Amino acid sequence: MTKTYVNRAPQDTRGSWLTYVGLGLVLLFSAFPVYWMFVISTSTDEAVAQMPPSVIPGGEFWTNVHEVFTLNEVFFAASLINSVIVSGVITLSTLFFCSLAGFAFAKLRFRGRNALLVVVVLTLTVPSQLGIVALYIVMDKVGWNQTLLAVIAPSLVSAFGVFYMRQFIAHAVPDELVESARIDGALNMRVYWNIILPAIRPALAVLGLLTFVMAWNDFQWPLIQLNGTDFPTSMVALSDLASGNYVIYRRVLAGAFLATVPLIVLLLIGGRQIVRGIMEGAVKS
Amino acid sequence: MSLTELRPASHRQVPPPKNVKTRSWLYRFDNKTVPYVFISPFFILFGIFGVFPLIFNGIVAVRNWQLDDPAANGWVGLDNFQRLLTDEDFWNALGNTFGIFILSTVPQLLIALIIANLLNRRLRGNTFWRIGILLPYLTPVVASTLVFAIFFARDNGMANWFLSLVGFGHETPLDWRAQKWSAWLAIATMVNWKWIGYNALLYLSAMQAIPKDVYEAAAVDGAGPWRQLWRITVPMIQPVVVFTVILSTIGGLQLFNEPMMFDENPQSASGGSDHQFQTIAQLIYKVGWKDLDLGYAASMSWALFLIILIVAGINTLLTRRIGGER
Repeated sequence: MTKTYVNRAPQDTRGSWLTYVGLGLVLLFSAFPVYWMFVISTSTDEAVAQMPPSVIPGGEFWTNVHEVFTLNEVFFAASLINSVIVSGVITLSTLFFCSLAGFAFAKLRFRGRNALLVVVVLTLTVPSQLGIVALYIVMDKVGWNQTLLAVIAPSLVSAFGVFYMRQFIAHAVPDELVESARIDGALNMRVYWNIILPAIRPALAVLGLLTFVMAWNDFQWPLIQLNGTDFPTSMVALSDLASGNYVIYRRVLAGAFLATVPLIVLLLIGGRQIVRGIMEGAVKS
Repeated sequence: MSLTELRPASHRQVPPPKNVKTRSWLYRFDNKTVPYVFISPFFILFGIFGVFPLIFNGIVAVRNWQLDDPAANGWVGLDNFQRLLTDEDFWNALGNTFGIFILSTVPQLLIALIIANLLNRRLRGNTFWRIGILLPYLTPVVASTLVFAIFFARDNGMANWFLSLVGFGHETPLDWRAQKWSAWLAIATMVNWKWIGYNALLYLSAMQAIPKDVYEAAAVDGAGPWRQLWRITVPMIQPVVVFTVILSTIGGLQLFNEPMMFDENPQSASGGSDHQFQTIAQLIYKVGWKDLDLGYAASMSWALFLIILIVAGINTLLTRRIGGER
């Protein structure tokens, strides 16, 4: 046993300097495009065309941002507000409906519970993006096409959300707590509100962050619905900004950076939760 | 139960006799029906907007359904599918989708494995690294693709600048969008950039669930770190590897945002001047909402659905096989 280091599991092995160099490169690779987005959004046309490319921010950020906001046919300011509305409503609704269903699946007894839970898990794999043609026709019949409602409605719940909440509630809330509240005469809704909700705050934070990010970044369906309207989401407005015969990079990238900032802020505030959500989701699925 | 038994009898346990009847009705309702009320919003909303459109899509696919000419609508049987078989645009898009899919999935998952292995050590700033590699996952694809479009620009693009440093393309700079291989490579780079960190975290989470004594037992055979990764770690996390392969199959074959925004004129949905990088999802969008031919677009969606099922199945088998041999 000369090579004692292999005796340990990797997670007990201290990272060598090579590990840090590797991770540093990965981080550089990950962060550079976002950083460069910022650099171009602060530059003049000449600086963008310069060779070798400049990697130091210029001083034109506010000029470029001002141009993005004052472009008439792009509706950029409105698009940011719309994205906040769409993502906000989707997040709140997902949190409420998924935790409610998760509570029922984890703690309440009813006929067909297990079978229905299997259905939820199966729907996890349904690529509903493939139904967009028919979804468009459905929205047409309801009269919602080209409204924010059409963008919001299909994302109000998620199978992942229900499953994630069920797993969390099953582990985090003891059965005795629910049962004693029931014996004290509390109705299910009261148990949900007073016992379950306070106990699952961490899971709500995780699911909320992941849902918000996905809703904010969604492009295909909002494009189908809101392209050409004067109330696009920010992703649709960005594609509009980047279309045309003569594209001004510094302006387009200023828009791209503005549409990315809210998510960077979320990563700074809730990065820990997002990491945990992704890692927990992996173990449980 | 024990909690309540210890507690002195509370007056709430004995409801006032006056409204015994309504209360007992209320509790029966709360016990029998309310659980269904709690789960129904999910099933109703998912049914209407998730499952029903997928089924209804099958009906649309065997109809002529023109947005601009409702009078021409009607049953056409399998005509749409027959048209699909001889549609050059469809086969071209299918080839592009697979080309980009292979160029993105394989490196993506391999690099993610290696990064996960780096993260699976005792590190300073554990959380910092994990959050850092998630930045691409959060960044909107629409926004990041615009940066990559500049990176891969023919004139003054950073990629060509790097190439010129090592002596390529001095006379005629490479036009990344013009050829299939280069456009695929550029788009695959964007896909890899977005998903490597996410997959690395999935692998890391599975790696940390491996019992430590598995490694200790194998150390007797003198396995070094590299062999440790391929001989012990990877086979142990095989279920998660299969999971990520399925995820990236479903996502990769429906690729839309990157090829859309990489186009010089994104809203045209043409995937390059000669459709060099038009994917199937893009073609569905173009046929449905530019040509306004929803019936044909629906039949393409069904074809894509079938293809995803088949490829996901094959990939699952392959991954199992490869993992099982180790």
